[in-house]
Amino acid sequence: MSDPSHPARHPSTTTIPRRGLLLGSAAAALAPAGAALAQPRPPAAPRGQCVLGFSQEFTVAHPLMPANEVDQAVWWNLFSPLWGLDPAGRFYPILAKAVPSLENGGISADGLDWRIELREGVRWHDGQPFTAEDVKFSLALIMNPNFRARGKDGYDRIESVTVEGPQVLRWRLRQPYAPLMSILSQFFIVPAHRLAGAEDPNNTPFHAAPIGTGPFKWAERRTGSHVMLTANRDYFGEGPYLERLVFRYVPDVNVMYTQFRTGELDYIGLLGIPANHYAEARTLRDRVIHVIPRGSVENLTLNLGHPVLREKVVRQALYLSLDTRAITGALYYGLPKEAVTFLPPENWAYNDALPRHEYDPARAARMLDEAGWKPGRDGIRVKDGLRLEFTNSTTTGTELRTQAQQLLAQSWAKIGIAMKIHNLPAAVLWGKFWAESQFDSLMTNTTYTIASDPNVLHRFGSHAIPKRAGYGSNVSQFENARVDELLARGVVLNGIEERRAIYREVQAIIREELPMLPIFQGMQIEGTKAGLMGFENNLHVLANSWNAARWYWA
Amino acid sequence: MGGYVARRVLQAAGLLLIVSMIGFAILHLAPGGPLSQFAAGGDMTQEDLDRLARQLGLDRPLPVQYLDWLWRMLRGDWGASFRDQQPVLAVIGSHVGATLELMLSSTLLAMIIGAWVGILGAVRRHSLFDALATVGAMVALSIPTFWFGLVVIYVFSVGLGWLPAGNRTTIGNESFLDQLHHLIGPCIVLALVSTAVWSRYMRSSMLDVIHQDYIRTARSKGIPERRILIHHAVRNALLPMITITGLHLPTLLSGALVTETVFTWPGMGRLFLDSISYRDYPVVMGILMFTAVLVLLGSLLADLLYHVADPRLGAHGA
Repeated sequence: MSDPSHPARHPSTTTIPRRGLLLGSAAAALAPAGAALAQPRPPAAPRGQCVLGFSQEFTVAHPLMPANEVDQAVWWNLFSPLWGLDPAGRFYPILAKAVPSLENGGISADGLDWRIELREGVRWHDGQPFTAEDVKFSLALIMNPNFRARGKDGYDRIESVTVEGPQVLRWRLRQPYAPLMSILSQFFIVPAHRLAGAEDPNNTPFHAAPIGTGPFKWAERRTGSHVMLTANRDYFGEGPYLERLVFRYVPDVNVMYTQFRTGELDYIGLLGIPANHYAEARTLRDRVIHVIPRGSVENLTLNLGHPVLREKVVRQALYLSLDTRAITGALYYGLPKEAVTFLPPENWAYNDALPRHEYDPARAARMLDEAGWKPGRDGIRVKDGLRLEFTNSTTTGTELRTQAQQLLAQSWAKIGIAMKIHNLPAAVLWGKFWAESQFDSLMTNTTYTIASDPNVLHRFGSHAIPKRAGYGSNVSQFENARVDELLARGVVLNGIEERRAIYREVQAIIREELPMLPIFQGMQIEGTKAGLMGFENNLHVLANSWNAARWYWA
Repeated sequence: MGGYVARRVLQAAGLLLIVSMIGFAILHLAPGGPLSQFAAGGDMTQEDLDRLARQLGLDRPLPVQYLDWLWRMLRGDWGASFRDQQPVLAVIGSHVGATLELMLSSTLLAMIIGAWVGILGAVRRHSLFDALATVGAMVALSIPTFWFGLVVIYVFSVGLGWLPAGNRTTIGNESFLDQLHHLIGPCIVLALVSTAVWSRYMRSSMLDVIHQDYIRTARSKGIPERRILIHHAVRNALLPMITITGLHLPTLLSGALVTETVFTWPGMGRLFLDSISYRDYPVVMGILMFTAVLVLLGSLLADLLYHVADPRLGAHGA
């Protein structure tokens, strides 16, 4: 049974200062006025189960290996990171006693030395104590060349790790790296006593029966069907209030919605409720529908290596004649919010002074005329023997995007721009086609940040063009000396105001240069049964089961 | 007989080798790859993806990858899924049961109803029942399974609330009755088309039989019509059906993709589609080899049964 005297279980303590603020904001967003006061209290002991529906299947139990969003949805309940990011974008301690900062001395003034004090009394699901050795081991495992780690970005800056005591460790960076704080908010610690000394770190019994320090324990996995977790009654934090958490795989979004409607799913996430079911979903009895902003941006990623798209005036004309309101209004039922940059408005570095998007096809046509793009015989503009023509690709099977493509192709054709649609299966599109910039333009939903950090060095840095460098994700092949300079500075500074100024300028340049055309802020329609308490959107994590420890039935 | 079996097994091994080579080549030459799933997420850079490709051995020349895979297979190592790291045999094993349950029940249902409709249609040829059965079979064959599945869910799950809207069990209640409850929807959908097919086979087979001389002889001997039908006609008409059933056996384990998707049934069909979508080479190759072995085994068993049933064939064949 849980220990009610444990300080971490009480929201009033400072160890996890999230419940009060979360409930407050959640209630304001989701419930009628005054409902927060009347909200039923959580049960004294874990009770009931919640079935969460996802349109992707859980794949990997090891939280340091390559994975999808559903894996992360499970990891948040099975494992714990040192600290996390709350919905407001603030760090809160989880396994660490406090989030290290320049102010509290956890990070040295030069940003190189980090000292982390860990929470005491935390135990792994098998009863073994959690110590600093586990953190050291997890950091080392990521850098193990034989281990198939998800990513080494940030971790490769750590020069040395020293364990100073069972609950204290210190590490030193080769150079300051500000995004590390955000990266570590998704660094789930694995147990050294289970994994150390494995002959093949990629294949251990841990993969089939993982243990963590999270609020739920691994119970079972039925491939093709579900993963079940059960309450960890010795959890060090608040909750869990549910006895069981079930992550159900429903491959078809329409079927998933039907199962939510018939009550077989208590929560519907990831691809959520298709926008065309939104109006009906709102009328369902005993269901709460949440239209939630995400940290991603629906956009057209342009390949600047393309002979037509490399010309800035063409990109600007494309954006001017891109009818974003028609897309959001006609296809997405007016639900998404406008976007003009790669960061969501909720991000601390968001530049709110950027020029808003204007839809002015007549001006776009004039700009093209002035730049020498004259209509040819078939109405498509031509300049120096080059037709103003390109293809646009997205993954097959994404119905709304295909309709958006058709809408764009029609509206651009009116001003002499030919856009052809060339869609591909995900396994093809996200292969060499993407990595080697073989596309002309892509319609995708991209998350540019890592957790909440606005560092986009790998997205817009000229050294991060994978086609040339074999590194990075700058598939637009965007090159700008000032952006390079700003981004290089942005990662070594630790002061938030200095960094904010840098990323605001980066956004201004990207808004001007337009290597990507923002269409709208990522949006998802999720649903919960009316009696499910504690659900809260957090755009800094990939799945909204991040706080399922605090979910309970009214 | 022993020599015959040995020869057939050797032929089967050769065929398996060819199937594996063709399958491997087609799979790897198709555009895209297993790392695309991670590229789509956006949190892994090209450097990470290249490192993963090296670690998984995907950067090696194709013949080297094939020989490595073949060598492992010969030693009984089917490899591990790229998607979820689980051993391929465990992945296949965890889906076969669900598929077998669904396919077996729907096939049995289809055979029983199909045979009954076929027999009655043949006996009452050109009657209203026969006409309705013929039209019904055509309609059933023409209905898209996906659409019919959604209709069943809409009517019986959403509308009437009689059936669950999918899945194999209710979490927390996995009793036999619960499983049966979940089985009804997909079983009806899958059985619909099969019933139409079986009824047509049965009707045709029955029509052949009831015009045979021995039936006429039986009638002339004054044997009651019901007895003639059951003991003489149906028994003989069922013989070709047994052959068709034999040929149908491998499909019992290969799954029904559309029905499994609509009803969230965790079977082989969906596993195959998911694995193809993710380019999960080890699992796709595993399913391919598993199915190929089943087909060859089924064919070998059928041949052996013929030999057992007909000693003349055995003498020639052995």
